[in-house]
Amino acid sequence: MSRTQPQPEAAPALPPPGEALRPEGRWLAEVEASSGVKAGACYGCKKCSNGCPLTFAMDLHPYQAVRLLQLGQMERLESSATVWICASCQTCLTRCPNQVDLPRLMDWLKERLHGRGEEVGEKDIRLFHELFLKGVAKRGRVFEGELMGSYMLRTGGAFGPEAMANARLGLTMLRKGRLKLLPARTRESRWRRALFKKRRGGSHA
Amino acid sequence: MPEVSYYPGCSLEATARDYAESIEGVAKALDLELRELEDWNCCGATAAHSLDHRAALNLAARNLALAMEGPSPLVVPCALCYNRLASARHELMADGSLIIDEIRSLGADYASVEVMELNEYLTTPGMMALAQHKASQDLSGLKAVCYYGCQGQRPPRVTGKTDYENPRGLDRLLAALGVEVMDWPFKTDCCGASHSVARPDLVHALVARLYDRALQQGANCIVTGCQMCQANLDMYQQQIARQMGREVYLPVLYFTEVMGLALGLDQTPRWLGRHLVSPRGLLEGAGLPRQYWERL
Repeated sequence: MSRTQPQPEAAPALPPPGEALRPEGRWLAEVEASSGVKAGACYGCKKCSNGCPLTFAMDLHPYQAVRLLQLGQMERLESSATVWICASCQTCLTRCPNQVDLPRLMDWLKERLHGRGEEVGEKDIRLFHELFLKGVAKRGRVFEGELMGSYMLRTGGAFGPEAMANARLGLTMLRKGRLKLLPARTRESRWRRALFKKRRGGSHA
Repeated sequence: MPEVSYYPGCSLEATARDYAESIEGVAKALDLELRELEDWNCCGATAAHSLDHRAALNLAARNLALAMEGPSPLVVPCALCYNRLASARHELMADGSLIIDEIRSLGADYASVEVMELNEYLTTPGMMALAQHKASQDLSGLKAVCYYGCQGQRPPRVTGKTDYENPRGLDRLLAALGVEVMDWPFKTDCCGASHSVARPDLVHALVARLYDRALQQGANCIVTGCQMCQANLDMYQQQIARQMGREVYLPVLYFTEVMGLALGLDQTPRWLGRHLVSPRGLLEGAGLPRQYWERL
C-alpha cells in the first residue's frame, strides 16, 4: 500500500520534458462562460496549492490546473487525476485573492467527462458518485446499505482480499445499530421523475 | 420554547444514528423544538455537485422550499448537507433558471430561508448559557481538541462566517461545560470524507495527520460536529494507527454527546455505545460516574 503514505511534494514539471506546449486561446473564454469560473484572473500566487490538503495525491497542483486551462491544454487537464482527487474542501477558493472557484472548475470538468461517458483515471470515484445519484433518483434519499453493497459488487470489494475486513466492519456496524435495513424514500415522487428523466444530449448542458 | 426547522439528512437515519439520538436528547433537555422538514430529500452530497450541477441545485432547492413555511432558522446537523443547502441558496438567490417547475412551484423565495449549522445554533450565546446553566457533571478530565471539518466553514461568501480559519464556537461551548479544551491548528482541515469509499488510502493519510497532531497537543479525545468527520476518525482508527506505527486511542465524540454527559442525560451511554472506538477507557479515566461507562 505505497500510495497510503504522502509522498514528498515535488511539483510536476510543466510542460513535460521534450514536449513543446502549444497554447490554444479559445478554451479559456469558453470554459469561463460555461462554468462561471473566472480562471483568467489567476496570477499564479499558489496560495491554493499551499493550502490544498491533497496535493500529495495529485498529478497537477491546483494552480497548474488553472494555468493549463489558461493555455488551453484541455487534454492534459481532463486526463489528470487532480480533477477527481479534489475533495471540494474549499480551502483554495477561500484563500484565493482573486476568488477563482477551483472546486467549481473541478466539478465542471468532472461533469463534462462524465457526460462524454469515457473512461476516466479515477474510475472508482466516479462509480461511487454514479451509484449514489442512482439511489437518489430512485428514492429521493440515500440508502447506505444498498449503495455500499452495489459499489462493492462492482469493484470486487465483496470478493477480493478486502472482503473479510469489509464483512467484519459491516457486522460490527449492524451490531452497533448503525445499519439501516430498510430504505426510506420521499413520499412525493413527481419531482424525482421530472428531475432525473433522461434528457436528450446526456446530463451535461 | 424556541422552535427551529430541522433537516437531519440521510446518514443520521443510519450510520450516524448516535448523532441523531444525541441531538434529540439534548434538544429535549434544552426545551428546543426541532421541527423536521416534512418529506425532505437527500441534499445530493458530493455526488450531485460532482456529476450533475442541475440536480445538485434542484435537490437543495426542494429542501429550501420545504423550509419556507416553517420556523427559522433551518438547522442542519451534517456539515455537508449544510454546505450543499447554503451553497445552493447562495447561487439560487442570483439565478434560479435551472430549477424545474415541479420544485419551483413549492416556493422560490430562497433568501428567506436562513440555513444554520447545528453547532452554530447551539453555540449562540443564549443556547450556550442555557446549557451551561443546566450542566451538572464534572468533565474536567476530558482534554479535547475540537474538530470542525471543512464543509461547515467554507467558503465564507456562502457560509457568512468570519472566523472560518479559526472557528471557536465549539471550543467555547466545551470550555463552558468544564472540558479542558486544547488549541490546535487542524480545526478546519479536510478529512477527505467524500473519498472514504473509493480512495480510503487518501482519507487514512489525512486522518493520520489529525491523530498525530491531536496527540501532540495532549488531547485524549476529539470532539466534532460533523458525522462524516466522526465516521472517518472513528471507524478505521486501529487500522490507521497500525499504518502510523504507533498506538492511538482517541475516542471521537459528537459535541452533543459531550453535552449529554455534562447535562447528566441518562441516554448518553446508549449513544456512546454505538462508536467503534469505545469511550469507556476515556470516561473511566476522567473520573466520570460508573453508569456512564460500565456498559460501553
